[in-house]
Amino acid sequence: MTDQPPARLDKRLTHDEVIAQLESGMTIGIGGWGSRRKPMSLVRAIARSDLTDLTVVSYGGPDIGILAKLGKIRKAVCGFVSLDSIPLEPHFRVARQAGSFEMSEIDEGAFYLGLLAASHRVPFYPTRAGVGSDMLKNNPDLRTVRSPYEGGPYDDVELVAIPAMRLDASIIHMNRGDQAGNGQYLGPDPYFDDLFAMAADKTFMSVEKVVESPELLAGGAVETIKIARLFVDGVVEAPMGAHFTECPPDYARDEKFQKAYAATAKDEDAWAAFKQRWIDVDHETYVAQLGKEGSG
Amino acid sequence: MTAEATLDEICVVNLADTFRADGEILCNPIGNVPLAAGRLARATFAPQLALTDGFSVLISGDLAVGDVAGPEMIEANMPFRSIFDCVWSGRRHVVMGGSQMDRHGNQNFAAIGPDYAQPKVQLLGMRGAPGNLINHVTSYWIPQHSTRVFVPKVDVVSGPGYDVMAAAGADAFHEIRRVVTSKAVLDFEATDSSGIHCMRLRSVHPGVTVDDVVENTGCELVVPEGVPTSRLPTDHELHVLRTVIDPNNRRKGDFPQ
Repeated sequence: MTDQPPARLDKRLTHDEVIAQLESGMTIGIGGWGSRRKPMSLVRAIARSDLTDLTVVSYGGPDIGILAKLGKIRKAVCGFVSLDSIPLEPHFRVARQAGSFEMSEIDEGAFYLGLLAASHRVPFYPTRAGVGSDMLKNNPDLRTVRSPYEGGPYDDVELVAIPAMRLDASIIHMNRGDQAGNGQYLGPDPYFDDLFAMAADKTFMSVEKVVESPELLAGGAVETIKIARLFVDGVVEAPMGAHFTECPPDYARDEKFQKAYAATAKDEDAWAAFKQRWIDVDHETYVAQLGKEGSG
Repeated sequence: MTAEATLDEICVVNLADTFRADGEILCNPIGNVPLAAGRLARATFAPQLALTDGFSVLISGDLAVGDVAGPEMIEANMPFRSIFDCVWSGRRHVVMGGSQMDRHGNQNFAAIGPDYAQPKVQLLGMRGAPGNLINHVTSYWIPQHSTRVFVPKVDVVSGPGYDVMAAAGADAFHEIRRVVTSKAVLDFEATDSSGIHCMRLRSVHPGVTVDDVVENTGCELVVPEGVPTSRLPTDHELHVLRTVIDPNNRRKGDFPQ
């Protein structure tokens, strides 16, 4: 009897194959932070799809802006929605002022405790953040707790119980990954992408480049291989997949493009043109247009 | 020499003074004038302060406002997750802005209007203000001192003030040290009839009268006898600020044009 080595794990998927695994009404986590290393090619794929009625959990940037503008969002769970160099996401501003979706806003630090709780399968993690502010009044999802201990440190205060944010699916973007689903960030901050992966039933990771596993370590210290494959269900190779958000060291934020995107919040014709040129096309066409036509 | 100090420079040193007694904490000022203030404080009288590059690391040395730190300046890793840990440890002093503020220091930069589900004007949102105020020292930088900012009641409490924190029993680590504005320095070293800390005029900037401040403050303000003039930068501070900390005058961009 000859023992064949098992087939190599290969989780590579296309954008369309990821979309096929998502459903309307799902709660979807989106990694990155503001206008930094957002899985934009997957966000645009959702934007093009017929998925709707989504609950989106995100350190929000243009992901929430675009999906809100297209009416995909039933509820947003977020700490903020910002383009960083433009402090408030302009499409988010318009959608909020129109009352277009339900908002579950959580202090941006406390927010990650919800992902951590979901990752650890506990109902909540406690924090001081929020007591005294209008966060509790304005967010009906939040409750408070007191310590069950007596005589210990910090035991006599009211705490906010940040509820577990269990996700049906997450999408994240990394600089590098292997076909088995290990992911590496090469920029300054992992953000909370490892928690988005652990808090979700299914995680889809786009990467700038799929490499052989040993190349990951050649590219950066072992700590940068932050995403372990056991929390990843699909890998999408998407060069420029975070554009127009930043993805250093591969590329900086495309500020000119971002400015043009932001301007579409005040001009329906400009939005229609932007959507047709940059959202209604597949990722390969998007990248080809970027190379040929430049941004804006 | 100090007679030449401009308003932005006076605001910088008066904000820098808010870090004077902090010891070895994360000094985390947001905005150009606050950033210049934190970096000037460390470069002159508060060398223990820890400062970020504005992104994800702590830096040693004097980084000019707006410049990017080189790898030789990095002294520790400080991604967002570590920043939040630091917030919750209490070893931090943040300087934030505010679109509205009332006499007890309640701050709003979240939204305008009575209905949070559909605000009249969406501003930044809560961001990290609730967690900051309940965990560590906070100061504020208000570049346009007006009755639009200082109001009897804020529409949304993003950064809680003394009255709501006392009512919630959440004041163990709560301190609003100073509010530095384009006209004056305010603190909360007065108390109202219920014994709750409330806003007091600490000093007026050179050329600004007490009446001018009161007229432009839409909430109650305690005005003590003999309000002093805000301190001026020393020659050394001015030199360091202009040549090392902010040679590109980013601080001037904080003021409404």
